[in-house]
Amino acid sequence: MSKRKLPTQKGLSRRAFLKTTGAAVSAGVVSGAAAELLNAQSTAKNKVAGPGEVPITLRVNGETHNLNVEPRVTLLDALRDRLDLTGAKKVCDRGTCGTCTVLVDGKAAYACSMLAIDAQGREILTIEGLAPEGELHPISAAFVENDAQQCGFCTPGFVMACKAYLDRNPNPTEAQAKKALGGNLCRCGTYIGVRAAVLDAAARMKGGR
Amino acid sequence: MRAYLPQFELITPTALEDALKLLAREPGQWEPFAGGTDLMVLLEAGKLAHQRFLNIWRLKELHGMEETRENVTLGALTTYTEVQKHETLQREFPLLCRAAAVTGSVATQNRGTLGGNIANASPAADSPPALLVYDAELELLSARGARWVRYAQFHKGYKQMDLAPDELIARIRLPRRANVAPGFSPASWGWHEYYSKVGTRSAQAISKVCFAGAAQMANGRIADIRIALGSVAPTVVRCAKTEEFLRAEEKLTPAAVQKAQEILAGEIAPIDDFRSTARYRRRVAQNLLGEFLGSAVR
Repeated sequence: MSKRKLPTQKGLSRRAFLKTTGAAVSAGVVSGAAAELLNAQSTAKNKVAGPGEVPITLRVNGETHNLNVEPRVTLLDALRDRLDLTGAKKVCDRGTCGTCTVLVDGKAAYACSMLAIDAQGREILTIEGLAPEGELHPISAAFVENDAQQCGFCTPGFVMACKAYLDRNPNPTEAQAKKALGGNLCRCGTYIGVRAAVLDAAARMKGGR
Repeated sequence: MRAYLPQFELITPTALEDALKLLAREPGQWEPFAGGTDLMVLLEAGKLAHQRFLNIWRLKELHGMEETRENVTLGALTTYTEVQKHETLQREFPLLCRAAAVTGSVATQNRGTLGGNIANASPAADSPPALLVYDAELELLSARGARWVRYAQFHKGYKQMDLAPDELIARIRLPRRANVAPGFSPASWGWHEYYSKVGTRSAQAISKVCFAGAAQMANGRIADIRIALGSVAPTVVRCAKTEEFLRAEEKLTPAAVQKAQEILAGEIAPIDDFRSTARYRRRVAQNLLGEFLGSAVR
């Protein structure tokens, strides 16, 4: 793709940026006009958000954040670039590798494939919110002790996918653990350690740790 | 890996009326965007010509499920996870639940929708063969009104659909196979159901061949049968000629099974691509039919 945009910053909206870049101008203006027309005809209750920045409220790790984003901003970009929560990693950015896995209302979700605007009103949990500062969640501890990582880049995604699974299925078999984490990839190949960690974590969590 | 957001515009209506109005005013300009599990992939890969997207996730009319005596109707935004957990679907439409369980990964299933799977129109999609077996119907909605179409007639060719540029897929209706008594299951009426997805690995893989079949057995004979496949033609296909042949057979002899496999080969048109070869796909499709029929008479 030849078109790349600058990181969204205050004072340089995407629209302003487009208007200065020639080729893309007409498309941007026409759709903008369409959206404004729609907005004007909508009742106050029936709002159409976008394509410009809209105020959104996200609940992340128990805290409320108000921010302005364009509706096309992914949850992952909002978390990483706006809220400085960089535990969820951006690797494939297309819903394949699982490094960006977070919990949305307790369910595993790829933050790269979800829009921030659609994450409103939901409880989002990232790896940063898993345990109090300075403490290890039993799942994280199980990953450490079972050698479930090598470079560690995929680990936050694995830990969160594991959390989503164990919260609903506290007694997994190894085969079930394998299936539950099928959406997370580790290029170092630490899957054997990961599966051991899931079973170990399940035992630890039952022990109330 | 992309460092920045790809360039596209997206608007998010919260009322169905607004969404339909926009589609009516600028038909073909706005690509509906649901769970994003297909579109985000293409967007990030830079493979999508579209620049303007209509986020329909907030339209509550497109969520939810409804049961009547005759039908189970699913909102187009029903996720694979919701499908798997639904008790009536588990009991009466098990192939759909099995398809949902092998689509993508857990995180994909939490966001991906049935309507999105249909609108993406991939011949390799996993839930459409199940929808074909169950004679699903689609409700298409536009500012002009609503219409119902048979899903079997919805895909017109590779990525071609009977869907006007101003229409949204709103609901998917599954006719129930008999009047429903509490605890009814098609198995108790002799229905045997079979689903198999052949791919490179069990999570995240796109099918090489996908097979859904349901047969109603009565005294060792096939009373009714439905067969549909994915990844073996420009669209997902229902194999009517194979079904017709099998319905007419008195007994499922090895010779009859072999004949059915030959007919099946004539009803599909697999190709060579980076996932598999035409030869492999044809052979595996035939083998899956054999396995399905074998398991039905057992």
